[in-house]
Amino acid sequence: MFPLSSTMEIGPAATAAIAIVLGLGFGFFLERAGFGSARKLVAVFYFYDMSVVKVMFTAIVTAMAGLFLLSAAGVLELAELYIEPTNYAAQVVGGLVFGAGFVIGGYCPGTAVVATATGRLDGMAFAAGMLGGVYAWAEFFPGMDQWIAENSVEATLPGLTGIPMGWWVLAFVAFLALAGWGMALAEKRFAGLRP
Amino acid sequence: MSAISASRHPAAARDTPAAAPYWNPYVVGFFLGLTLLATYLAAGRGLGATGAFSSVAAWLASIFSPEHAQANYVHSRYLASGSPLTAWLIFLLIGSFVGAAVSGLLARRSAFTVERGLRLSDAQRLWLAFGGGLIAALGAKIARGCTSGQALTGGSILNAGSLAFMLAVFAAAYAVAWMFRKEWL
Repeated sequence: MFPLSSTMEIGPAATAAIAIVLGLGFGFFLERAGFGSARKLVAVFYFYDMSVVKVMFTAIVTAMAGLFLLSAAGVLELAELYIEPTNYAAQVVGGLVFGAGFVIGGYCPGTAVVATATGRLDGMAFAAGMLGGVYAWAEFFPGMDQWIAENSVEATLPGLTGIPMGWWVLAFVAFLALAGWGMALAEKRFAGLRP
Repeated sequence: MSAISASRHPAAARDTPAAAPYWNPYVVGFFLGLTLLATYLAAGRGLGATGAFSSVAAWLASIFSPEHAQANYVHSRYLASGSPLTAWLIFLLIGSFVGAAVSGLLARRSAFTVERGLRLSDAQRLWLAFGGGLIAALGAKIARGCTSGQALTGGSILNAGSLAFMLAVFAAAYAVAWMFRKEWL
């Protein structure tokens, strides 16, 4: 039954409408969390407000549990979902570079759009830098892009370890509970850093 | 510029009684997770943001020179299925923009202002935001995804590369945060 994209024909107009509706939710909830504010976002890196990790981790665990339960119930075909192939060197190096840009710029790509939509001029500057960055990548590093694309393989934790998804969901839920407790302590400990 | 300098301290804008408080992060996380799940169920793929910027870049390149854009390995992928401006991620981003604008207006958080630490000038902050955006874009292109496409989307389906990306992002960010503490604290 799910995903709908592989069980029924969805025209381009309907696809666009679905994307816009899903985007509405994405942008709305990001803004509700305060992620249109660079200072709220980078606070996580100074430990006095761990909202970024709380929101991200809860979202990941919620979606993960949903995917698992729906596939266990037989209404979702997990194999039909697109998974970005893995190249560890690319994801680690890219992640390190991205993390630096996140702190320096104060946003990530999605939150820069949220910031722009709520009038933050620095969000607009970040988005302009993003556009310049992806353009520069295409112009100067097409060979590297091709190499990464051709040297990535599908790799998921259940596939690599043989441990079924359900156990990973349980582990992530337990880890989130533990992390929630730890983050509450960290926020108390570093409350003095709040500007 | 007066509107900008009048509210130059975003903390003040956030703490005014008029602005609604942010939602509980765990509650928002739950709803974001449901949004991500719905995206998977409807489209067979997750959320993303960087790809929309790549589509716009490919569109710009094709305006300057269609032949050059078609011959470029990166641009051509975004031109493969019709106009890059009708890509799935573009519509997702348009929706995100509107959703965020609505939320910001409802909570009275929308304002033309510069978010920055107290020790910086607005100009310094804008240049740092631009530079940070450029660096983050390169990182996202190397990693083939950002916090949306890799961390959230891939993380929720236990994609090994996405989880490695997430660990790398936080490792670098915590290290660089110390070096750039004057920007924010």
